[in-house]
Amino acid sequence: MSALIEIDRLTKRFGSFTAVDDVSFTVARGEVLGFLGPNGAGKSTTMKMLAGFVTPSSGTARICGEDVVDRPVAAKRHLGYLPEGAPTYPEMTVAGFLAFAARIRGFRGSEAEDRIAHAMRLTTLEGVRLQPIETLSKGFKRRVGLAQALLHDPPVLVLDEPTDGLDPNQKHEVRRLISQMAPSKAIVISTHILEEVSAICSRAIIIARGRILADSTPAELASRGPSLDAVFRALTLPQEAA
Amino acid sequence: MGSALTVARRELAGYFATPVAYVFIVIFLIMSGALTFTLGNFFDRGTADLQPFFGFVPWLFLFLVPALTMRLWAEERRLGTIELLLTLPITQWQAVLGKFLAAWIFCGIALALTFPLVLTVNYLGNPDNGVIATGYVGCLLVAGTYLAVGAAISALTKNQVIAFVLAVAVCFLFAAAGSPVVTEFLSTRLPALAEIARGISITDRLSGFSRGVVTLRDIVFFASFIGFWLFANAVAVDHRKAD
Repeated sequence: MSALIEIDRLTKRFGSFTAVDDVSFTVARGEVLGFLGPNGAGKSTTMKMLAGFVTPSSGTARICGEDVVDRPVAAKRHLGYLPEGAPTYPEMTVAGFLAFAARIRGFRGSEAEDRIAHAMRLTTLEGVRLQPIETLSKGFKRRVGLAQALLHDPPVLVLDEPTDGLDPNQKHEVRRLISQMAPSKAIVISTHILEEVSAICSRAIIIARGRILADSTPAELASRGPSLDAVFRALTLPQEAA
Repeated sequence: MGSALTVARRELAGYFATPVAYVFIVIFLIMSGALTFTLGNFFDRGTADLQPFFGFVPWLFLFLVPALTMRLWAEERRLGTIELLLTLPITQWQAVLGKFLAAWIFCGIALALTFPLVLTVNYLGNPDNGVIATGYVGCLLVAGTYLAVGAAISALTKNQVIAFVLAVAVCFLFAAAGSPVVTEFLSTRLPALAEIARGISITDRLSGFSRGVVTLRDIVFFASFIGFWLFANAVAVDHRKAD
């Protein structure tokens, strides 16, 4: 089985600024890749290109073999994406929003209902299903975004800061959910929380100034110094100063 | 088309989930009614038709439709939901078309709610209901052209005030191009431009519809006008979506 996510020399330039510089990697089924880096390192831009939102300046990415530039709709069918900040339509109810996501992904009738119910169960949203999203707390909003990404049980999940803004219990729940889904999917998450990487990721990539600085297992990275924190600082600080 | 309709359905529900829909419809109904009966001399004219109404609707839409379109893409950007919408398995065309259709259906609902005027003229006299029907079709087409212009401009800027002002200005250009003031000025100074101005004028095209005359040329004009601006909208979304 070849890799579900293939990123091939992906580059994004904004004017003279290079946000992502010739990044290549692949993620296979069963892998949970932690995407680490300081703010502005190019994590979100890479994920946005993978999700087909930002058009790459050069290079490309493939999801389940479908090119995100040439065959965007086919690639997006295999993808569950949680954008940074988990944007959702504030005036919609949770059930209404998920029904929209189900419909646009081609599910109708009882199948749509089953998918929505399953996604709500996974993210424990049943209690708020008829509430407008704008009345929900930050943690619930994030879970609504997550439910939308999981609804169609995609082989590839790209989650931009999935646990940001959650309380410790909710963080634990989301991590448990990701670990539980890991064997059947290729998952990429970006995060600032290094313990999270050690806890759930089978692999970590550290990126700064648009370039990959390290690509290894969290345990191997941590063994390079006194702690994963220290290794992260040692790798990224010289880059930031440059 | 299916995905575009799904997007349209969500959008349309969004209008009615917020006060936007109700404010728009109430103001439109009050203004169109009031203008028809006061400035339009509805009773004193002594003819059972809706000419004054069809005369005012394009000018009302000139301000109300850009108010509807200014948030179309700008709001998606502000909330970040544009990233969600465009990473769903739909093409950008379907998103553009869905949003446009929702706004157009909404304008259609607002127009349909002016039906008491139709009942009134039918109660007072024997109007030509065929002419009234084509008048409504014309108004709907004018709404569609303003919507297409406004939506494309909304895709270019994050700022809703800029989107509104620019959309009113561009729509005004097309609305006023056929007015006597403009054509007389142009025909004395720049005769070459006068014909062009008449050609792109929306109000000129509408006058046929409000007299009950529907020509293929006018239909083609409205369809290509809307098509062009929707295309511009898709290009603008593609280039500026991630800014």
